[in-house]
Amino acid sequence: MSDTIQITVIDRDNQPHQLEAPTDMGLNLMELCKSYELPVQGTCGGMALCASCHVYIRSNHALPEPSDDELAMLDSAFFVQENSRLGCQIKLRDTLEGLEVQLAPESV
Amino acid sequence: MQQINPFRPGFSLGERAESLDRHPDGRWRIVTDRGHVHVAPAVFIAGGLGSFEPRKPPIEHIEQYEGKGVEYFVRNPEDFRGQRVVIAGGGDSALDWAIYLANEVRELTLVHRRTEFRGALDSVEKMQHLAQTGKIKLVTNAQVVGLKGPDRLEKISVLHDTEGAFDLETDYFLPLFGLTPKLGPIADWGLALDKGAIEVNTLDYSTNLSGVFAIGDINTYPGKLKLILCGFHEATLACQSAFNIVNPGKKLSFKYTTVTGIEGMETPAIPATS
Ligand SMILES: Cc1cc2nc3c(=O)[nH]c(=O)nc-3n(C[C@H](O)[C@H](O)[C@H](O)COP(=O)(O)OP(=O)(O)OC[C@H]3O[C@@H](n4cnc5c(N)ncnc54)[C@H](O)[C@@H]3O)c2cc1C
Repeated sequence: MSDTIQITVIDRDNQPHQLEAPTDMGLNLMELCKSYELPVQGTCGGMALCASCHVYIRSNHALPEPSDDELAMLDSAFFVQENSRLGCQIKLRDTLEGLEVQLAPESV
Repeated sequence: MQQINPFRPGFSLGERAESLDRHPDGRWRIVTDRGHVHVAPAVFIAGGLGSFEPRKPPIEHIEQYEGKGVEYFVRNPEDFRGQRVVIAGGGDSALDWAIYLANEVRELTLVHRRTEFRGALDSVEKMQHLAQTGKIKLVTNAQVVGLKGPDRLEKISVLHDTEGAFDLETDYFLPLFGLTPKLGPIADWGLALDKGAIEVNTLDYSTNLSGVFAIGDINTYPGKLKLILCGFHEATLACQSAFNIVNPGKKLSFKYTTVTGIEGMETPAIPATS
């Protein structure tokens, strides 16, 4: 199964979830979390406009640089750290095998 | 608008439905934020993701100071004249209000988590100019983490990335971090909710309140898809039940408008509004 990778998502109760992620469907990390019914809203549909898919990257994977839109959104999000990213901007591809991320706290 | 015109509905635009309760005569009553009252035998809620409300920073006790020094909107700039104001945020609204208010208030402080600002270049330059001339006190790489004052806001606590924490006296704190959709007042109407969406019966998209239906993105049921098509479908089915509520005892006959037109809609039964 070369077009599937394993991703670990740690939820807001610190529980790890092993997700099988297809890399041939054009999915992003937000969509993957939603398909596993993890508590990720994805309100804006993946346009980097709501930060409801805010995650912390815990592994050392080289990710593509965030776009200006993503940086702008992270700028007005809360609980932002050095390793903050928006899940919707992370396309699932085979270089992300073993990626580990943690869901950022939900902001009200 | 042209499409809906033949049905001649009443509109109540630019208002937010604030409350839903039973009218003494058994019908439903909705009151808007402008105080308009609508009374109807059936209500469809098509609120989507809800209404856009300001994003509130996760600062302890912030609710306690709302309206007592903490404001999420600038409703009337006059309110701040001669006062000390702290604005937090790095986007366009934070920059625009900082620039505007800098000349109106006694002291304006802009707190931003980073050194770079992502607002329009022109605004960033204007703000930097005001900071250089001392009109804006700029605090970057810092966040507002606490609010103080026995009743009204008197001080804020700022945590700087490298210099640690300090307090700043102020009359107003304006966290301007953009808007986010919230269910809003609909959450308090006594509807059965699941994760912020209204639970419905897929037979007719009725809610737990008899005569109240929820359609479109705001509802939830097993297999729900948030699509325009699904919203229309839900509306169509909900209308069948609503017809029976509005016209008790009348037979409902199914027609294609492409065959029979929309005859009979010249004098539609518009629910009473006032
Ligand atoms: C990025 C994105 C792309 C999409 N692409 C597609 C697509 O390609 N195809 C597709 O079929 N669907 C798509 N959708 C989904 C589609 O937009 C929604 O399913 C549809 O708009 C839902 O319609 P609605 O009428 O239920 O809600 P909305 O269109 O959200 O309208 C709800 C309205 O209710 C108002 N409101 C809320 N609370 C109150 C209140 N208390 N008082 C008064 N007014 C209130 C809101 O302000 C809003 O105007 C997309 C969605 C997103 C986010």
